[in-house]
Amino acid sequence: MQHAPALATNTGLDNRKLLMWLFLASECLFFGSLIGAYLLYRDRSVAGPYPEDLFDIPFTSVSAFILLMSSVTMVLALAAIQRGDQHGLRVWLFTTAFLGILFVSGQAFEFTEFNREGLSLSTNLFGTTFFVLTGFHGAHVTVGVLILMSLFVMALRGRLTRAESLHVELAGLYWHFVDIVWIVIFTLVYLIQP
Amino acid sequence: MARAIEERPSAILEAMRQLREDAASYRGIWSWITTVDHKRIGIMYGVTALAFFVLGGIEALLIRLQLATPNGEVLTPDQYNRIFTMHGTTMIFLVVMPLSAAFFNLLTPLMIGARDVAFPRLNAFSYWVFLAGGLFMNASFFTGGNILQGELGAPDAGWFGYAPLTLSRFSPGEGVDFWALGLLILGVSSMAAGFNFIVTILNMRAPGMTLFRMPLFVWMTLVTSFLIVFAMPVITVALFQLLFDRLYDANFFNVDKGGTPLLWQHMFWLFGHPEVYILILPAMGIVSEVLPTFARKPLFGYPFVVFSGIAIAFMSWGVWAHHMYTTGLGAVANSAFGVSTILIAIPTGVKIFNWMATLWGGSISIKTPLLFAAGFIAMFTIGGLTGVTHSVVPSDYQQQDTYYIVAHFHQVLFGGAIFGLFAGIYYWYPKFTGKMLYEGLGQLQFWTMFIGFNVTFQPMMILGLIGMPRRIYSYPGGQGFDIWNLVATVGAFLIAFSVLVFIINVIASSRRKEKAEADPWDGRTLEWSLPSPVPPYNFKEIPTVHALDDFWHQKYAEDERGRPVPVVAGGSEEEEEEHGDGHGIHMPSPSFFPLIAATGLPIIATGLIYDPAIVAVGAAVLMVGIYGWALEPATE
Repeated sequence: MQHAPALATNTGLDNRKLLMWLFLASECLFFGSLIGAYLLYRDRSVAGPYPEDLFDIPFTSVSAFILLMSSVTMVLALAAIQRGDQHGLRVWLFTTAFLGILFVSGQAFEFTEFNREGLSLSTNLFGTTFFVLTGFHGAHVTVGVLILMSLFVMALRGRLTRAESLHVELAGLYWHFVDIVWIVIFTLVYLIQP
Repeated sequence: MARAIEERPSAILEAMRQLREDAASYRGIWSWITTVDHKRIGIMYGVTALAFFVLGGIEALLIRLQLATPNGEVLTPDQYNRIFTMHGTTMIFLVVMPLSAAFFNLLTPLMIGARDVAFPRLNAFSYWVFLAGGLFMNASFFTGGNILQGELGAPDAGWFGYAPLTLSRFSPGEGVDFWALGLLILGVSSMAAGFNFIVTILNMRAPGMTLFRMPLFVWMTLVTSFLIVFAMPVITVALFQLLFDRLYDANFFNVDKGGTPLLWQHMFWLFGHPEVYILILPAMGIVSEVLPTFARKPLFGYPFVVFSGIAIAFMSWGVWAHHMYTTGLGAVANSAFGVSTILIAIPTGVKIFNWMATLWGGSISIKTPLLFAAGFIAMFTIGGLTGVTHSVVPSDYQQQDTYYIVAHFHQVLFGGAIFGLFAGIYYWYPKFTGKMLYEGLGQLQFWTMFIGFNVTFQPMMILGLIGMPRRIYSYPGGQGFDIWNLVATVGAFLIAFSVLVFIINVIASSRRKEKAEADPWDGRTLEWSLPSPVPPYNFKEIPTVHALDDFWHQKYAEDERGRPVPVVAGGSEEEEEEHGDGHGIHMPSPSFFPLIAATGLPIIATGLIYDPAIVAVGAAVLMVGIYGWALEPATE
């Protein structure tokens, strides 16, 4: 694999890549704690609306699918820069960011819809744990979109050459992680209803 | 990189001119504000933490004055609650953690033979965020009205912040918001530093510096950093939950809506118990460096000490509920956590025996660092053993919420962590300042602090066992509490006197004419091979390491009976200044973006309490910092 030139390291892994892996490892505990709180309070709401009243599984499945597909385009963006294909890099970076925006928009729509049907942060334990958990995930996707758009602008100005493919790789690691977290949330929160 | 140097002679001249400029820019306040040098960042961490130590100490003295006599009237109940909350929070998050971080910064690159940490600007960011968080947290004092009339606004729910006490209903005002947001900011600082040191230690070791040739302090830095990056996210989530409850009417801890306050306790202590080891492991690392130097013997059972540290770190994740025996978790859970808590005493005990065996048979030189290290062993052992007494569930039922607990954790955090950190301060002070602290004043400080410490905290053991509850602002006379409280207060002032001696020592030593030698203690690790103070680039040439305690082996060989004999013309002589004087060594450029990015965080936090518009301003500042940082070249 092509990396930005870096000093030789003891592990052979670039410093920045090791940092990203450690960051993602600690993020596991962050989301683990949020998911743990959700699971602890599942079925403990003393008033509705309850998950089964609100969840629109087909809709959320589509947005989950969109997010998963964005991982594919992310891989394509990395492959493009690694073979020096600037055009492909721009196309796939933009597509990935766009799919991310689509996902966040879907979430915004879902939040508004739930809110219209009577669920807010303070309605019950479901509202509290659901909005905080999925909200933090949405915030992570948003940060990812910002990173991808920044890379896209850099690519447009020709400042993202093959030698800097590590930037795209790091963004990719983060992006895939956020996707994986969504798979866990989607499964535990939406699909497995007690 | 210094690519042009071989190509033309003028490039060398140019590089030398540049370096002189860089060296010149090492003067003045601006060079400190933009520094990315791990040694300067370490010094800033240390000075700031010691300033907070004085602040937290004044808070402690106010507490002790209030409790010196029955029915004390120095503080109102409300002031007392705020002061003891800020005392605990300050000492843990603004003193012991950053003081440990100061040593991580100062020592890690030197000990592994590197020129800096892996991410110098991230390192500067960690420091500025720590400073911002500390100032933000203490700014809460001013939110209660007129502070001159004693109207304090600080948090008043204890450093542990138990829900539902922390909820708006029971803690109105902004104090707890400042507390939670302040801890979130400080968490950012700790996490950034944790990542940085893990990457530095795993990736930037000099040739030959295998993991099991690393000084023990570096090992403890690594283990502590792992604890930090895994424990901090848990408290982060808990603090967010608290803030959502307080600011946006969420229900995480709202019993009316089915929430349980126990969720807070679980999350807090799941973080809190690893945190205890985040506080003590660095001090253990320092002591493991100090003892071999002053006993002139290698650390006894080095691998055992390393693996004990790792074992403690792993086990620290499985003991949190021993803070919660009396919450009604049930006999099975209580027994399980009781057993795990008893087990964690084993690796701790292994370390204590290794330290004692290190001293055993050594040619001991009784200097201030050794005194503090020995004080650490004695006090920490008492602290650890009292800890074992409340791992036993029925015994803990009696001790819960009494002064016995207060005595225990001061015994480990002051008698342990602070004594260990002072050992480190006296030991490495000459390396980074170029001046020795006075030995006489140092010994005076040690003895007054040691006696003051015992006079303060041993009476609290008795107070706790005869039933004095903690967190009370006053007590009626004639219950057997009077005399011991008075004794403890006298001890606290003796400790304050010892800190004053330390400050005098620092000031006096700064006027010393004679420069500290490169290797004043006959040290064992790589930092002693460098001049004092260490030049910005650390090593002229990256060393190649051949053994544990490599520098010692450069200086001494062993005779047939295993005693050290100096190597003729060994490495202990000071290197000549002229030989390869560091020109052309490429160091990271100074940057002010870490400071800008760090400034954004307290602005955002202020906005979350008062006005969303301020959040936008803070976010903008943060973005300017991050984008400027990302787009500026890390090196010229």
